[in-house]
Amino acid sequence: MISPAVAVSREFRRKLKSDLMIAVTALATLLALVPLFLVLGYLISKGASSLNLDFFIRTPRPVGEPGGGMANAIVGTFELVGMACLAGVPIGIGAGLYLAEHPLSTLGRAIRFAADITMGMPSIVIGIFAYAVVVRPMHEFSALAGAFALAVIMIPLVTRTTEEMVKLVPRELREAALALGVPRWRTSLSIVVRTALTGIATGVILAIARIAGETAPLLFTAFGNQFWSTSVTHPIAALTVQVYAFAISPFADWQRQAWAGALVLTCIVLALEIGVRWMTSGAARVPR
Amino acid sequence: MADKLICRRLNAFYNHGQIQALRNVDLAVGANLVTAIIGPSGCGKSTLVRCLNRMHEEVPGASAQGEVLLDGEDIYDPGLDPARVRRRIGMVFQKPAPFPTMTIAENVAAGLRLNSARMSRAELDEIVERSLHHAALWDEVKDRLAEPGVSLSGGQQQRLCVARALAVEPEVLLMDEPCSALDPISTARIEELLLELKDSYTIVIVTHNMQQAARTSDYTAFMYNGELVEFGDTKQIFTNPSRPETEDYITGRFG
Repeated sequence: MISPAVAVSREFRRKLKSDLMIAVTALATLLALVPLFLVLGYLISKGASSLNLDFFIRTPRPVGEPGGGMANAIVGTFELVGMACLAGVPIGIGAGLYLAEHPLSTLGRAIRFAADITMGMPSIVIGIFAYAVVVRPMHEFSALAGAFALAVIMIPLVTRTTEEMVKLVPRELREAALALGVPRWRTSLSIVVRTALTGIATGVILAIARIAGETAPLLFTAFGNQFWSTSVTHPIAALTVQVYAFAISPFADWQRQAWAGALVLTCIVLALEIGVRWMTSGAARVPR
Repeated sequence: MADKLICRRLNAFYNHGQIQALRNVDLAVGANLVTAIIGPSGCGKSTLVRCLNRMHEEVPGASAQGEVLLDGEDIYDPGLDPARVRRRIGMVFQKPAPFPTMTIAENVAAGLRLNSARMSRAELDEIVERSLHHAALWDEVKDRLAEPGVSLSGGQQQRLCVARALAVEPEVLLMDEPCSALDPISTARIEELLLELKDSYTIVIVTHNMQQAARTSDYTAFMYNGELVEFGDTKQIFTNPSRPETEDYITGRFG
């Protein structure tokens, strides 16, 4: 028999231990969140004051002249990301579909292995690769080379998400369509991909958010440009590269604009992430 | 009685030939009759029906050997597209699986639309209505055709899947334990449906439920260990089986 007094003290110790552990984990969560809020807060306090209409509609002024903006870099980022998507989305989705349909084939294993390696590769290495295969033969830094580097980063991301999303589609749906006499390719597109579409779109948007924030692979491919240019065969400005160039400059006005650029970039990525949240919560409402 | 579907020396394998699921199965399915396939779990019932419309080969590593003749024509002819075979031999699966992105009407029309059938909106609507009537679902869904197929109850979903299979106008309908996920009332609806459908279709039904086989079928095949042990008139199989294994199974001594 355990006396009631012993039982109470044991219970008390257990409760104490439990409270202590909760306190420790809560503290850890807080510590993890502090840097995030510090970064965001600092970014907003420094960046918001430098944001004005000029920032969005003007190109950089020559050294020493105050004013100007990053309109060319904002447009450049959209152009680079857009071109990267043009190649990255169809190739990524296609490869992901192949992986999901032929998971154990030799080619399937090879693609999955290559995709995993590429995903883990430092992005600067991908930049060097793009320099070697696009910039060198063309004898010029170009938007095309930058978009190529971004596409290389994007493809494995889209491939792997597509594969995972397609694998989540119940086998029964595939079989139901095949049993209706629907050809295999049509079943894949109209039933499997259609059912996995929300998940695939989510993956694509997350990949876009990722490449929109890349700097290293653009340094010696897109190169950056102080002037207005949308030509695919010439150097083009990008927000990340512009922020980098302005931040390390000795001029206060440029440093101020670097903060504004960083804030705009963060807002673009944040908007994409919120879009994903919104899309996936919408998908959760549709019964599966 | 004409035989609609004939299997000859059918062997089926899984896992790249390492596991044999069917051994020299010979079976003749009569036109406009209900043929039931019974047997304990793992005896090859599902494999057998899946071989009858070439769905078996959709399982990675699976293969089949032998002949399956549909009106005398071998469906395993290498020159024949399996999709064409499946349009003539439809299938309803164990678990109801309406396409989640489609409405009730779209689900029924899916087979025709995805096969790029060239027909007008009105023709399509007519086929949808007729198929839903055939599947005894029309009265329950006629006012909600634009709602998602997955909004229906389990039993209604299964009848939606029957309607979807019928819309392609197959000649044979294979049903792989169509009632195992359904309650007794929905099961009774499907069984009534079988009796109505056999005027226009040849039906093969796999079932775990011996009463169901006895109630609905004209002929019954008993399978055990991948072999067709006994095949004959349902009444005779259930009252006077000729093989001791069949008797043991239907009297509940094993399985």
